[in-house]
Amino acid sequence: MKPFLIALVALVAISVGANQILTEIGFSTSTAGTSTGNVRLTD
Amino acid sequence: MMRLFGLIVLLWTLAVPVIAQDVPVDPRASTGGAQTLEDILRRQEGIAVDDQFRRDLTGDPEAAAATVDQLGTLGGASDPDLWRAIRYGTADITTQARGPAAKTLIQDGGMWWLQFREGPLLKIAIYLLGGTLLLLTLFYFIRGRIRIDGEKTGRTITRFKAFERFGHWLLASSFILLGITGLLSLFGRKVLIPAFGHEAFSALANLSKWIHNNISWAFMVALIIIFVVWVVHNLPDKTDLQWLAKGGGIFGGGHPPAKKFNAGQKLIFWAVIVLGTSISLSGLSLLFPFEFNLFGHTFSTLNGWGAPGWFGLADLPYPLAPQEEMQYAQLWHAIVSIILTAIIFAHIYLGSVGMEGAFDAMAKGEVEEQWAREHHSIWAQRVIDDETRRTGAN
Ligand code: HEM
Repeated sequence: MKPFLIALVALVAISVGANQILTEIGFSTSTAGTSTGNVRLTD
Repeated sequence: MMRLFGLIVLLWTLAVPVIAQDVPVDPRASTGGAQTLEDILRRQEGIAVDDQFRRDLTGDPEAAAATVDQLGTLGGASDPDLWRAIRYGTADITTQARGPAAKTLIQDGGMWWLQFREGPLLKIAIYLLGGTLLLLTLFYFIRGRIRIDGEKTGRTITRFKAFERFGHWLLASSFILLGITGLLSLFGRKVLIPAFGHEAFSALANLSKWIHNNISWAFMVALIIIFVVWVVHNLPDKTDLQWLAKGGGIFGGGHPPAKKFNAGQKLIFWAVIVLGTSISLSGLSLLFPFEFNLFGHTFSTLNGWGAPGWFGLADLPYPLAPQEEMQYAQLWHAIVSIILTAIIFAHIYLGSVGMEGAFDAMAKGEVEEQWAREHHSIWAQRVIDDETRRTGAN
């Protein structure tokens, strides 16, 4: 069962790692269609 | 001569009304070219209406009042004219957003996708997945658990190394989570929101989306591992034909000879590799919206070969609007995933309750020698021979 448990650890590590990298490089799916760059959202 | 001339004149005068009748009557003359009640009723019944007649009705600057006059500022376009222009993608839109789809305010071509996604697609998922589960249950009651026929030896032989099992479980755990979270998204609006409300689904959907988007990487890594470690054992050969001819001995007993993987397993392997890769690619195109245009390119290549014509179909749509690319990617991603999930249901069944002794292969890496001799006779013999040669040499 050890390979199974290691697989679960790898699963979490890869997922969190991937998310970290995408966040780090400033990528987000939602910014592909919208941008707050040129709008004033608060007073 | 005069008589002939008279005849021609007579024929001509008789023919004119006939020619005049050939000139088509404008079916929308009564509304001055705008859509008629009949058009509206047809659309409400879901019957296709050729909208060519109003696509270009987007106002005429020539007919406009001067901008200094009252009502002149739209340049001869009424509000309906403007909405039509927006709807059919001919309006002159300026925006600060710089996305590929930023200028599409109404995507008329996406309605069929929306309707397909909230109706037929859900049915496909229910029938295919539910049907497979039903068939497997039926199979269990008719055929029962596939048992080890012969006397167990109490000896085991090694079937999978730790790394192979690691790859398999990474693939399996990621696939199962992707399957669950994918179905949660698919059934969200039509089933889960009505059942649990927006608040509850919103929390669930956020979590589910995070898991789905990020675990996809683990699936892709695992897919590569599995391909690399098992592809040599999954190349088709002659034993497969024999195995398939006997239907794997599933009914009627007997065990056709097999190497490390039998033909049935090879089919599973290639389904996982081919469909899994396709799901990964379409998934990547959804994860990075508008970055990879897989479908427009494929459609134009297929049209170039005349492929749709082989099936008596019209050319596939090309070029595609940015949203259309994403819509095709979504449908492809969902349908191929559903098909692979149905296949995997059968695999999980056979790898666990369906067959005595199979689960050990992935759990411990060791299998009962008798199981190996029955299900993978050629492979088992080779492993045992190698073993005796090694111990004999010692
Ligand atoms: C809980 C779920 C699962 C169980 C219990 C399970 C069980 C097994 C077992 C016991 C084997 C080895 C068969 C043998 O020794 O010959 C195996 C092989 C394999 N598994 Fe799974 N599996 C599961 C999920 C998955 C998933 C989700 C995938 C892919 C998306 C997958 C892909 C494969 C492939 C490609 C093989 C090799 C070919 C084959 O045996 O058909 N498995 N699995």
